[in-house]
Amino acid sequence: MLLLTCPYCGVEGEETEFHNGGEAHLKRVGDGSSDADFTAYMFERKNPRGIVFERWRHVYGCGKWFHAARCAVTLEVFGTYSAQTSEPPADLIAKIRAKRPEWEATP
Amino acid sequence: MSFRLPELGLLIDRDRPLTFTFNGVPVQGFRGDTIASALMAADHRMVGRSFKFHRPRGIVASGAEEPNALMNMGEGARFEPNQRATTTEVFNGLTARSQNHWPSLGFDVGAVNNRLARFFPAGFYYKTFMKPAWAWKHLFEPFIRKSAGLGQAPTVRDADRYEYFYAYVDILVIGGGVAGLEAALEAGRSGARVLLLEQSAYFGGRFMVDDVSVDGRDGPAHIAHLLAQIEALPNVTLRARCQGAGVFDHGYALGYERLTDHAPANNTPRHRLWRIRARRILTATGALERPLSFAGNDIPGVMLAGTVRDYIRLYGVAPGARMVVVTNNDDAYRTALTLHAAGLEIPAIIDARPEGGGALAEQARALGLRIETGKGVARVNGKTRVKSVEVCRQSGTGGAVETIPCDGLAMSGGFSPVVHLWSHCGGKLAWDGANAMFVPDLARPPTNQNGEGFVIPAGSAFGALQTEACIQSAVVAARQAADEVGRSIKEEAAPRAVRRISEHPMAPIWHMPARAPYRLRAQSFLDFQNDVKVSDIDLAAREGFESVEHTKRYTTLGMATDQGKLSNINGLAVLAGALDAEIPTVGTTTFRPPYTPISLGAIAGEAAGPLFKPTRKTAIDGWHESHGAIFEPVADWRRPYAYPQAGESTQGAITREILATRGAVGLFDASTLGKIIVKGPDAGRFLDLIYTNMMSTLKPGKCRYGLMCNENGFVMDDGVVARLDDDTFLCHTTTGGAERIHAHMEEWLQTEWWDLKVFTANLTEQFTQIAVVGPRARHVLEALGGVDVSREALPFMGVTGGKLGGIDARIFRISFSGELSFEVAVPTSQGLLMWNLLLQAGAAHGITPYGTEALHVMRAEKGFVVVGDETDGTVTPHDLGMGWAVSKKKKDFIGKRGMQRSFLTARGRKQLVGLRTLSDTEKLPECAHAVEGGKAIGHVTSTYFSPTLGHPIAMALIRGGRARMGEVLDFPVGGKVHKARVVDPVFYDKEGARQNV
Amino acid sequence: MSDLLSFSEIDGSGEVLVAMQRRVPMVTLKAEPTKPTRAAIKRALGTPVPAPRTIANGVAWMAPDEWLIMVPEGQTPQAVIGRLTAEIKAPMLAVDVSDARAVFTLKGNKAREVLAKGAPVDLSPTAFTPGDFRRTRLGQVAVAFWMEAEDEITLVCFASLKQFMFDWLVNAAQKSSLPAFL
Repeated sequence: MLLLTCPYCGVEGEETEFHNGGEAHLKRVGDGSSDADFTAYMFERKNPRGIVFERWRHVYGCGKWFHAARCAVTLEVFGTYSAQTSEPPADLIAKIRAKRPEWEATP
Repeated sequence: MSFRLPELGLLIDRDRPLTFTFNGVPVQGFRGDTIASALMAADHRMVGRSFKFHRPRGIVASGAEEPNALMNMGEGARFEPNQRATTTEVFNGLTARSQNHWPSLGFDVGAVNNRLARFFPAGFYYKTFMKPAWAWKHLFEPFIRKSAGLGQAPTVRDADRYEYFYAYVDILVIGGGVAGLEAALEAGRSGARVLLLEQSAYFGGRFMVDDVSVDGRDGPAHIAHLLAQIEALPNVTLRARCQGAGVFDHGYALGYERLTDHAPANNTPRHRLWRIRARRILTATGALERPLSFAGNDIPGVMLAGTVRDYIRLYGVAPGARMVVVTNNDDAYRTALTLHAAGLEIPAIIDARPEGGGALAEQARALGLRIETGKGVARVNGKTRVKSVEVCRQSGTGGAVETIPCDGLAMSGGFSPVVHLWSHCGGKLAWDGANAMFVPDLARPPTNQNGEGFVIPAGSAFGALQTEACIQSAVVAARQAADEVGRSIKEEAAPRAVRRISEHPMAPIWHMPARAPYRLRAQSFLDFQNDVKVSDIDLAAREGFESVEHTKRYTTLGMATDQGKLSNINGLAVLAGALDAEIPTVGTTTFRPPYTPISLGAIAGEAAGPLFKPTRKTAIDGWHESHGAIFEPVADWRRPYAYPQAGESTQGAITREILATRGAVGLFDASTLGKIIVKGPDAGRFLDLIYTNMMSTLKPGKCRYGLMCNENGFVMDDGVVARLDDDTFLCHTTTGGAERIHAHMEEWLQTEWWDLKVFTANLTEQFTQIAVVGPRARHVLEALGGVDVSREALPFMGVTGGKLGGIDARIFRISFSGELSFEVAVPTSQGLLMWNLLLQAGAAHGITPYGTEALHVMRAEKGFVVVGDETDGTVTPHDLGMGWAVSKKKKDFIGKRGMQRSFLTARGRKQLVGLRTLSDTEKLPECAHAVEGGKAIGHVTSTYFSPTLGHPIAMALIRGGRARMGEVLDFPVGGKVHKARVVDPVFYDKEGARQNV
Repeated sequence: MSDLLSFSEIDGSGEVLVAMQRRVPMVTLKAEPTKPTRAAIKRALGTPVPAPRTIANGVAWMAPDEWLIMVPEGQTPQAVIGRLTAEIKAPMLAVDVSDARAVFTLKGNKAREVLAKGAPVDLSPTAFTPGDFRRTRLGQVAVAFWMEAEDEITLVCFASLKQFMFDWLVNAAQKSSLPAFL
C-alpha cells in the first residue's frame, strides 16, 4: 500500500486516504475536434512499464487534486506536485533523469 | 509412548493443571501447554488424517510450520476449523476435534484411499475427471466437493469481536528470538521507535532449548537478560502472540495479534490486526528445520529433531521413550544429547554423512551413544505409531542392514531460513551451497517509496545459523536500520562472548537412501498435508513439468494451509534431481502473505454487525422508525420505503400514500438529496460547463431542472438548480450523487478550469428538506404562515425564503410528482420540528407521509426519469428524449463533444418510451427484455402499478423506440410472454395542469 | 467537559469516555489565501489564520483555501459570516455548517488509541500533539480531529453519521481493548 505526500497539506498519508485519477497531463479536446483526437483524449493511455505521471486526490484529507511521478514497476515515488500545471516541474524531471538515466520518455 | 517427564518444562506451570477435551475425551494439561504438548503428554500420537489418502498423522513440529495437527476448535459461535494444535495454548474448557475423517479418527472410511494410493498419482484429478463433460457437474464436482477441505465451515455467526490498530514506528522487528531481541535492544539504544512482534507466547525461540552460552549465561538466562534491558527502554515495545504476518509496499506490515485464543475474555477483542508502517523492517524470523524423506516418514512418532527438544525442554514432554535420531547435519546431535539428559533411550543416531559430525557428535560418542555414519532410513514400520526403523546404507537402494525397535524418530534435513517476509514485497534470494539453503540476497532487497531497501534480515533468517554469527548479524542489522532512519549509533556494540562449537558441514541429502526404488519413493512424503510424495515429483518431471510453479500446481506440493513450510525446499531439491538441474536454476515458488492463515475476523476488523457499513440517517429518521416505516438503503442512507399501518400490506400502504397525495396532500422527507452551494463571480459560467443546459441565464429567485453528463456524453446526474443571488447557486443532486457530484465539480475546478473564481460547499446535511405535495399543499403552508406562497408570490420553479411557522426556511416550488408541490428546507437541527409542524398544520387536510416507492410511482406516472433506473452509464439525454435539456447555444460543456460521436447519434439507439400492458392487472417484471425476431431490442427500466390510473405502467429503453409508438412488444419472462404497447412515457396530466395552480 | 448539558449522549463504560456534543456552531470559509485576504480574516475573527494542519483559537486549517471556524460563545454563525463578508474583498464563500456536522469528545489518557483503531495516522505523543489538526478517515467515515489537551480529543464528522460514529467510538473504547501502545 503506497505512501504519498499531498503537496497541498503536506500530509504523508497511506493510499486509503487518496483516490487515483489516472494519467496526468491529458489535454482536453472539445467541440470541433476530430474523432481521432477525441478518442485519444478519452481513451488512449500511455501505461508505460516504468515512470508514470498520474493524478491523485487527497479525498479523505484536504480534498485537493495533485500529481505524482511514480515508477509503476518498483513503486518508487519521485515526487508529487500541483495539479494546476500542464507539465511536470523541471526539477522533478531532472531528479528522475538522475535516478533513471535510461529513462527516455517524456510525460 | 510419549509422556510427561517428571521435570523440565520452561513454559508450563505444574501448579496450574487444567482440562480440555479432544474428540470429546478429557485431556489433562498445564497452564502454558499447547494442545500439541498436552496431547503428546497424554500419548495421543495420532491427531488427524491426511487430506488425500486419509493416512494417520501425528505431530511433526512445535510451531507455525506444523502440517498435520490441525483441529476443529471450539463450538457453536466460537467454532473455527484448521487451527494448529502446536500454536494453540490450552485453557480450561477448550474443545478440540480432529479433522478429515468419518466416522472417527481411529476408524475412517476414507482411509481406503490409502490402499488405492497407486491409483491417485499427481494430476489424478486432471487426468480422471475429463470426460464425459456432463459428468463434471453431476458426478465429479459433487464428489470432489464432498471430499475436499480439512476442517468444517462454521455454520453460525462469530460471537467474537475483532479490531485494527494503526501503528507507526521507525523500526519493526519481526521475530522475538535471540536475533530479534538483540536487534531490538541495539536499535532501541539509538532512540528510534521500535516495535517487536513475536508470534508465540514466549520470547527466546531456539535459545530456550539449545545449549548455548553467551557472556557466561545459558540461553534462557541470556534471553531474560535481554528482556530486562529492553524493559528499561521506553521507546521499544514487545508484543507476544503477535505474528508479523506480511510485509507490503512502502514499509507497510501486518501484525496478527491473538489476544484471547489462550484465555477467553468477554470484553477483549479476540484478534487485533496491527496495520504497521515502519521505515525499516528487520526480519528476525529464524529458520525452519527440514524433514528428510524416506519411506514411512509420515507415521505418527516421526518428528523434526529440533521439535523434540522443544517438547522436552519447554513442556517437559518426552515424545518417545526410545527414539532414533536421523540426520544429515550436526544440529540433530543436540536432540540426542537432550534426550539423553532427560533420561530417555537413544538406540542409535543415524548420520547420513560418511564422515559423521563434529564436536557435538564427539560429546554423544563420549556418552556412549551409538552413531551409525553413512547410513540412512530405508523404511519406518508402524501404522498409527512408530514401531521400528529399518536402517540401510545411504548410498544404496534400501536393503536393510538392521531393524531397530523404537517408538519415535527424530529427523533433521538441515535448515531453511524463514525468508518469507523478506520475499513478500519482492526481496530476492541467493543460494547458499554450503548449507543447501536459500538466503536473502542483500543486493536485491524490497524497495520503498524512495527506492531504498527497507527490509533487513537478521539472525538465522539471514542464514547465520551459528550462535555467534546469529547475534552479530542482528546487531549489524539493527545498526544499519538505526543509521537509515537517522539515528546512527556512535558507540561500538557491546561484544558478546559466545561459546563456539565446531560443527561439520551438513550434507545436502534430501532422500534416503540415495538410490531408493519407486517402491520406497512412493511412500516417502514431501508434503504431509496434501499427501505429495517423492514419486509424484518424479512423475511430474517425467511428464515434462520443468517449472517449479507448474510442478507445484500439478502435484499440489506446498498448496495446503501450511503453504509448504516443510515441503517446498525438499520438493524443489527432488525436482532438481529429477531434472538433473541445480537447485538455484529451478528457482523457488513465490512467498505470499500472510505467513500463516489469519482469521477472516481480523481482516474484517470492527466492521461487522451494526458497524459493518456506515448508515446515514436524516433528522426525521427516528420519526419514520417509530411510525412503522419500512426502510430501503439508498447510497449509504436509509430512507422510508413506505409506512404500512397496522394490518396494511406494503402495497396497500403505497397505494394509500399515492392516492392521499394526489387527492389532498402528502409529506416526504427529501433531505437526502444532495445540496451543493456553488458561489463566485464565475459560478454561472462554471455551471454552464457542468450542466448540459444553460444555467448562467437563470434569474435569482428562480429554479431550473439541470441535467449533467460525463465527458463521454452519458447522463450522470440530475437535479434542480436554484439561483439564490447573483453569484450563488444551490445545485440539488440525486441522493447517491451528492459526494460524487461535489467531487466532480471540484475535479474540474481544480484540474481544468482553475482560473474560474468559484467555490463549492456540500451542504447536504446542513438542511432537512421536506416536500409538501398535493392539491392542498398550499393550504398547509399557509396554515403555518410567515411566508407568502401564493401563486403570484411563489410561482412554479420559484424559490423564496422566510420564517415559516417561526423557523428559518427556504421554500422551493418544484415538483417531482406533477402535483402542486413545495420543498421546505430548514437547518437540520430544526428538521424534526418542521416535520411535526407540517403534520400538525396538515392534519385538517389529511396530510399523509409517503415513502420512496410512492415517490417513484408518482414520478413514473409523469414520465420523469430517475438516474440509475432509466440510465445505466450508457444513456445520452437524447436517448431519454431530453434533447430539450441540451443547450445548442453553449460553445462547450462536459459531454458536448462526446455525445456528437457517430454511434451516439446513429439511428436505432435505444430510446425511452412508456409501456402499457395489454392486461390491466399484469405488471411487467422488473428489467424484462423486449424480444423481437429472437433478438433483444431493449429492456424495462421502471415498472409499477399506478393506483392513480388503475393499471400498470412501465418505462423502457427500446431500439428506435420513439418511432414505434403503438406497436405491441413481447417481453418473455420465465416461459410466459408479457405483451405491452409502446406509448408516450408521460401517463398522467400531460399538459401539467395540476402543478400549475 | 464540565458542562454535561452540552452532550446529547455519553458513554463512559469504556476506558475512554465518549460523548456526543449537542450543536456546535461553526462556519466553513473558503477563499484564496492571499495576504490581503488573510489580513481580512484576522480582522473579522480577531485571530490570525492558523498554520497548515493546525487549529488555533477555534479556527482550523482545512485546506490551503478553506478554514473551519468554531463560532465563539455568545456569537452566531450569521454574525461571523457577516463580518467575514464585510472584510474579505476577494471572492469567497462563508456558510453555516453547524447542522451539517456531528462533534464528539473523547476523554481519557488513552483517547489516542481509540482513534488509532481506525485512522491511518501516526498518533504517537511525539507525532500528534494539542494544536495539531488532522483530516482523515476513521474506519469508513471521513473525519477531522484535534487534541484539546493530552487527554481530550475532539472529532468532527458529517451529521447523518452521528449515531454510527458514536457507536463506532463506544465500541472502540471498550474496556480491556486498548493495546497500551501509544
